Amino acid sequence: MAVVFDRPHALVDVSMHYCPGCTHGTIHRLVAEVLDELGIEGTTIGVSPVGCAYNNYLYFNCDMQQAAHGRAPAVATGIKRVHPDKTVFTYQGDGDLAAIGTAEIVHAAARGEKITTVFINNAIYGMTSGQMAPTSLVGQVTTTSPYGRKPELQGYPIKVSEMLSTLTGAAFVERVSMHDIKNIRNAKKAIKKAFQVQQKGYGFSIVEVLSTCPTNWGKSPVESLKLIEDKMIPYYPLGNFKGADLEV
Amino acid sequence: MGKKVLMKGNEVIAEAAIRAGCKHYFGYPITPQSDISHYMAKQLPLIGGAFVQAESEIAAINMLYGAAGAGARAMTSSSSPGISLKQEGISYMSCAELPAVVVNIVRCGPGLGGILPAQGDYFQAVKGGGHGDYKMVVLAPASLQELYELTVEAFNIADKYRILTMIMGDGNLGQMMEPIEFKDKEDIYEANKSWATTGTQMKREHNTVTSIYIEAEVLEAHNNKLQSKYTEIASKEVRVEEYNTENADIIVTAYGTVARILKNVIKNAAKEGIKVGLIRPITLWPFPSEAFARNAEHTKAFLSVELSAGQMVEDVRLAVNGKKPVYFYGRTGGMIPTENEILKKIKDILEKQGG
Amino acid sequence: MEHKIIIAGFGGQGILSAGKMLAYAGMLENKSVSWLPSYGPEMRGGTANCNVIITDEQVGSPIVNDATVLIAMNTPSLDKYESWVQPGGAIIVDSSLVNRQIKREDVTVYYIPATELAEQAGNSTFANIYLLGKLIGHTNLIKPESFEASLYQTLREKYHHMIPAEMKILRDGMEYK
Repeated sequence: MAVVFDRPHALVDVSMHYCPGCTHGTIHRLVAEVLDELGIEGTTIGVSPVGCAYNNYLYFNCDMQQAAHGRAPAVATGIKRVHPDKTVFTYQGDGDLAAIGTAEIVHAAARGEKITTVFINNAIYGMTSGQMAPTSLVGQVTTTSPYGRKPELQGYPIKVSEMLSTLTGAAFVERVSMHDIKNIRNAKKAIKKAFQVQQKGYGFSIVEVLSTCPTNWGKSPVESLKLIEDKMIPYYPLGNFKGADLEV
Repeated sequence: MGKKVLMKGNEVIAEAAIRAGCKHYFGYPITPQSDISHYMAKQLPLIGGAFVQAESEIAAINMLYGAAGAGARAMTSSSSPGISLKQEGISYMSCAELPAVVVNIVRCGPGLGGILPAQGDYFQAVKGGGHGDYKMVVLAPASLQELYELTVEAFNIADKYRILTMIMGDGNLGQMMEPIEFKDKEDIYEANKSWATTGTQMKREHNTVTSIYIEAEVLEAHNNKLQSKYTEIASKEVRVEEYNTENADIIVTAYGTVARILKNVIKNAAKEGIKVGLIRPITLWPFPSEAFARNAEHTKAFLSVELSAGQMVEDVRLAVNGKKPVYFYGRTGGMIPTENEILKKIKDILEKQGG
Repeated sequence: MEHKIIIAGFGGQGILSAGKMLAYAGMLENKSVSWLPSYGPEMRGGTANCNVIITDEQVGSPIVNDATVLIAMNTPSLDKYESWVQPGGAIIVDSSLVNRQIKREDVTVYYIPATELAEQAGNSTFANIYLLGKLIGHTNLIKPESFEASLYQTLREKYHHMIPAEMKILRDGMEYK
């Protein structure tokens, strides 16, 4: 009997710690499938962030380093410069990448650092219990914006993909979403292409993945997926910002 | 030994690092150590290495984390305010047991302070400027020949114990020129780095470099392991120079370039019949406590001379443990004590001691 | 023999390079040497100085605050360092640029219009060499041949054609009365 669905080899066979309805697990699987399909698990080094995915070095079968909050692109730079022939990726959330680590991600992109970043945007700090993120939407209630995010007090959410796509060193920038099967398939395609762009040496590649946080959003998993569609996508439009035409 | 060359201290560090097998360097401009970056930017691309000008000191130390974790001999350098920014990474690297070299060409603080020589970063270096219980080996060369040899040694110590090693100098050491004799070949400690993230090649379990241990039992066990490593280093890696200490009426102590001023003072004092000895800590951590304790048996007093408001003197007092009085003389802000100033202080102390 | 030298003037007068050439020549004679520059924001256009020690023993501190010889290439440098010279030491002044006499009487003083003399010899940037010549003549610190060798070893080849002219100026400086 043919096996039609199996655990990717690049994913360790352990149960993950993520909350019910969280999309991290699925995104991990997409990355692992890509490592399998490209046959690069043995030559890839990943960098774990600070945030809910802090210990995803337990979940990926490739070599992993765990970085300080926001510093994953710098750590990845160090690794890539030592092993230019290897594939290096970072996996970062929105607080990590777009607040404390803004300088690191901007400059890794500006240098055209040949690394791939999987950027999880769920508009909230999950691990530290639901604080306002740089990507939290206007009006969004969080533990540090209890009256809703007010632009006059807290400014506006950062559109990371749009911002990074202005940098010449960023070769591939795409925003995808996890809210339904079709989009999950698109997400995998984008992640795969981002890794291939790195392999071809075009420069920095990033995929921004719109994701859920049912626990801190105070929604059910299904409601959370709907919220991506209804609230996030209108502000964070999906699509490729750069590098769609690159040959890989 | 090859022929002598006249080189600037900062360039000596860079050249020594390259000779020690360092092919990766990450830096951010700050006076008075930028020549290290200039040298690396020129040389590393020629030998298949990489120089990266980081966007900040924070990024530079984290690039070092990545490179060291990937198994390379790597280095970063900065000066005091920049070293403060690197404390985050220093703590993380210490916990993750990543071997690498950090250079601090100290300038005067606090704050942005000034760019002139100082020794105000002693506490930060030896007591742990970052969070948590950790240690770095801290080397304090006084001459450029020693700077060269200790820079090579810094990489060996780092690799041997999986620890960060800091070279601590001051602006004068970085900027001055002295003749150097480079060896034809360096003694390189060949470490087994099977723990490094180099890609599994699908031939082994995946490696992880991390500084996070959420469970208390696990973290305590890891801390105990770090502490026993530090105990081993403290027993094996102390380096100290003792000069004229036998029969000395008073023993002066200083590290780095200040110790050289003291040697002049000792010469001048001898002309006046005053017997002054010198203990020069070469490793600031581990601190050469034994040399102080031993000499406390016979000398009348100690004097610590520093370009600070009094930092190393605390370790001297701990080592002397009340057996003899310990005095302090310091200048700050980039002021450097003259030989006459120090000799006067010595005479005052000896008068007080009835000697 | 030990000489502790301060060379001071404006940035751009070849203060730091004069010190380096001197130290290099000392090294070629197997003497113990050190060179310590002033560093920092005053690098361009402001004051520049360096400390050079050349000794038969080991160099102690590279910092000079009791000089055996001071070369002063402008008035502010003379004002600052005149009192830093040991009694019995020497002060060599570029009198083209320094507009006053030395106040002290316990030092040997040479007033040399080095900038004008170097200009007459065809290159005003060699004023520093003229003064170094006097330093060597006064102290016998190093042989002029060692200085020549240091020029050949430290200058890039495209400047080597200038070395004979520099050596002529050095020797003129040595003999200047």
